[in-house]
Formats: sequence, C-alpha cells, structure tokens
Amino acid sequence: MSWVGHYNYWVAIFLMMSGFYVVISRGNLIKKLIGLNVFSTSVFLLYISMGKVNGGTAPIYCEHIHPGQLFSNPVPHVLILTAIVVGVATTAVGLALTVRINERYGTIEEDEIRAKDDSL
Amino acid sequence: MEAAVDIVLLSFLCVTVIVIVYIRKLFCAIMLLGIFSLLSASLFITMDAVDVAFTEAAVGTGISSILLLSALSLTHTRERRPSHQPYLALLVVAVTGAVLVYGTMDLPPFGDPDSAIHRHMAVRFIVDSPQEVGPPNVVTSVLASYRGYDTLGEATVIFTAGIALVGLLGFSRRKEFKVRLGGVLPDTTPVAVQVLDASNAPSTDHLVLRIVGKMFIPLIMLFALYVQFHGDYGPGGGFQAGVIFASAIMLYAMIFNVEKAMLVVTPTALRLLAVLGLMLYGGVGVLCMFLGGNFLDYNVLAHEPLHGQHLGIFLIELGVGITVFAIMVTMFYALGNRKGGSA
Repeated sequence: MSWVGHYNYWVAIFLMMSGFYVVISRGNLIKKLIGLNVFSTSVFLLYISMGKVNGGTAPIYCEHIHPGQLFSNPVPHVLILTAIVVGVATTAVGLALTVRINERYGTIEEDEIRAKDDSL
Repeated sequence: MEAAVDIVLLSFLCVTVIVIVYIRKLFCAIMLLGIFSLLSASLFITMDAVDVAFTEAAVGTGISSILLLSALSLTHTRERRPSHQPYLALLVVAVTGAVLVYGTMDLPPFGDPDSAIHRHMAVRFIVDSPQEVGPPNVVTSVLASYRGYDTLGEATVIFTAGIALVGLLGFSRRKEFKVRLGGVLPDTTPVAVQVLDASNAPSTDHLVLRIVGKMFIPLIMLFALYVQFHGDYGPGGGFQAGVIFASAIMLYAMIFNVEKAMLVVTPTALRLLAVLGLMLYGGVGVLCMFLGGNFLDYNVLAHEPLHGQHLGIFLIELGVGITVFAIMVTMFYALGNRKGGSA
C-alpha cells in the first residue's frame, strides 16, 4: 500500500501550497492568517503521516497491549502537540496586530494600507 | 479500511481548502477553517496520534475560530476583490509544490516500520520510558520529561504571545465597563446608558443558549480537570486541559457578557495565574538543581526515581495547564473586550 503513503504526503503538500497561495496572493490580513493556519495544519499532517507505523497503535501502554505490539512514533506527536498551541498563540498576536492596523487605517486590505502610507 | 478512511478524509480536506481559497466572505472562511481543523483531527486519530488530535480539536476548531471571529467582529467581514490577477503567486506556488513533491520521492513509504525516523530515539522512548519515566502514555513521558526543556520553551512562547497581545490591545475600557455594571460613576451620560442597553440585548434573547450553557459549563470544567490529571494514563495533559478549561470560560463570556466573565475570572487573576504556571514549571527545574540533579531532572524529587518523575511530571503539567488556560482567556478578553471598529 505504498502509494497511499505518498498520496498522504502529496495531499499535505497540496494543502500546504493552498495555504501558501492564500498568504501571498490575498491582500486581506485576516484571510492571510487563515491561509497561515491552513499552512501550519498541513505541516502537522505531514509530520504525523511520517510518524505512523503500519500495524502500530497509539503510543500508550495499557493492559490490552500484548508484547511485541508496534507503536506509532511518539516523537512527531510531541513536536506537533506543542506546535499547535504555539500556532494559536501566534495567530492571536497576528489578529491583535490586524485589529490595531484596522483602528489606525480603517482597513485591513494591504493595497489600501499601502496607498494610505504613500499618501502621507 | 484504514486507507479508505484516510482517502475520504484527505479528499474532504482538499475540498474544504479549495473553498477557503475561493470564498470572499471571511465569516464562511473562518467556519471552514474550523471544519478543516476538525477533519485533520479525525485524520490524526486514524494515524494513531490521539494526543495531537485532541489538541487540534480543542485548539484549531475551538479557540482559533473564536479568536478569528472576535477579530472579525472588530474589522470588516468581506474580503475585497484583488485588483490584479495573482499569476505570479500561482507560479511560485506551483514551482514550490512541484519541488516538494519531487522531494517526497526520497521519503520512505507511508507506515514503513523500518524508516529512519523510527530507528533511533523513538525506540528508546517507547521501550525504556515505562522503566525510566513511568507514565503509560509515552507522549506524556517525552513531552514532560525527556523533552522538558522544549516544553518549557513552548510554554514561554505562549506566555510571551499573551504579553504581546495585552501590550497591543490592553484593556482600555475599564471606565465604561464600570458604568455598564451599574457602578456609581458620577457622570452617567446617556451614551453610557445606551451602551448598557446594547450590551444587555443579545444576552437576554438567548434563553435556550443560556440554560444549556449553564448546564454544560461545569461539565466542561470537570472534563478539563480529568484531562489534566489523567494525561499520564491516556490522551491528554496540560496543553489540552488548559485549552478546554479556557473554552468553558469563553463559553460563559459569549453567552452572558465578557464583562460578567471578567468579574468571575478577573484579568489581574489571569495575569497572576499565567506567571504562576510558568514559575511552577521553572521552579520545579530549579528545585531539581537544588536537590543535586540537573535542571528538570525529576529523579531527585523523591526517594525513588520513578516517584520523583511522577511528581515532577504532575507539577509541570499543572504549570503548563495553568499558563495555557490563563493566556488563552487573556487573549479572548483582549480581543473580545475591544470596542468595535468600522464593521
């Protein structure tokens, strides 16, 4: 079933690129942050896909685990677990900046902000 | 079967993301982002990453959507049509994507147990962590003990983000806030009365929401505590618990008023809690040094190394939980309590 695996990676790359596209092509700051969120979630997807082991299970010991049971790799899980929470923190800071920009310029569109900057 | 679920979820993700790219209504885009997060959380479960799925469901679907929506209510709800066609952006994205796909050719097949990343530390963590650290949940062992420095760093990043948010937005409406609560400010102007009416109107309308919310909030809090203290044995831990607990407060704030929630959990208390959580984490590390071990080496905390590990993980998870809770609620207050812009 190796093609499924590469399918997984490819979809992660497609999602990542869609997020990237939103970030670089859209002028709206909130839309950019949405794109950034899509981007980061797809990076999470890529990492978790790499941690998966066929026939493995969640890396938690309990009485139902028989000897020789394979576990999926816990290391990417740990990295991504913390990355998610840090991601929301950065999103929040971005949103705060957006709100401040809106209060100052009355718009969150990049072109209009630049026009107002130039007219000063 | 697993592959089929995988493919269906991945296809849903693709459809969602395409709509996110095209849609101009930001409200819809945010809702779709929530769906996107929930779908990826389901996908994480099929790939055995239960802790990650838990966090993604709580953070991506819950907190991020709420924060985005509160920011949206302060700005404009519609995206303007771009003035030029973004062909260059499309080209850049296509080339980058092609290079990345080319890069995947060298990756080991999906789920291959012999691939390089499963060889080195992962084996040590899985095989030795029950004897070295203790908790049945290997993710907790790695998060809190083996990679304790890293988690301390992450908690600090979250703390810093909270400070940045308060610095950027602040709580500038304290005066008005007192008026709204029927405080005895000397100049009760008609403007203030108007604000009072406007702020009360939405909360009194939703009777069903209020009653159901009241029933749910204690259960959410109880669940958060369970997640916090059961994190060693099952999926969960400080990050998830903090976020879930914060979501209970946010629910309260949304159904009733941010002002009322601010009376229950005051911003000052939150700031103290955020610092307390981080100091608890750092303090455990320093205590380990005083007891003769390395920084965050929990073995020296008790007579038996395993007991020490247990105690250390309990304390630092508690620290993480408190900090995450306090910062998430602070962020919500900072965004939710700001006066609306030109929406």
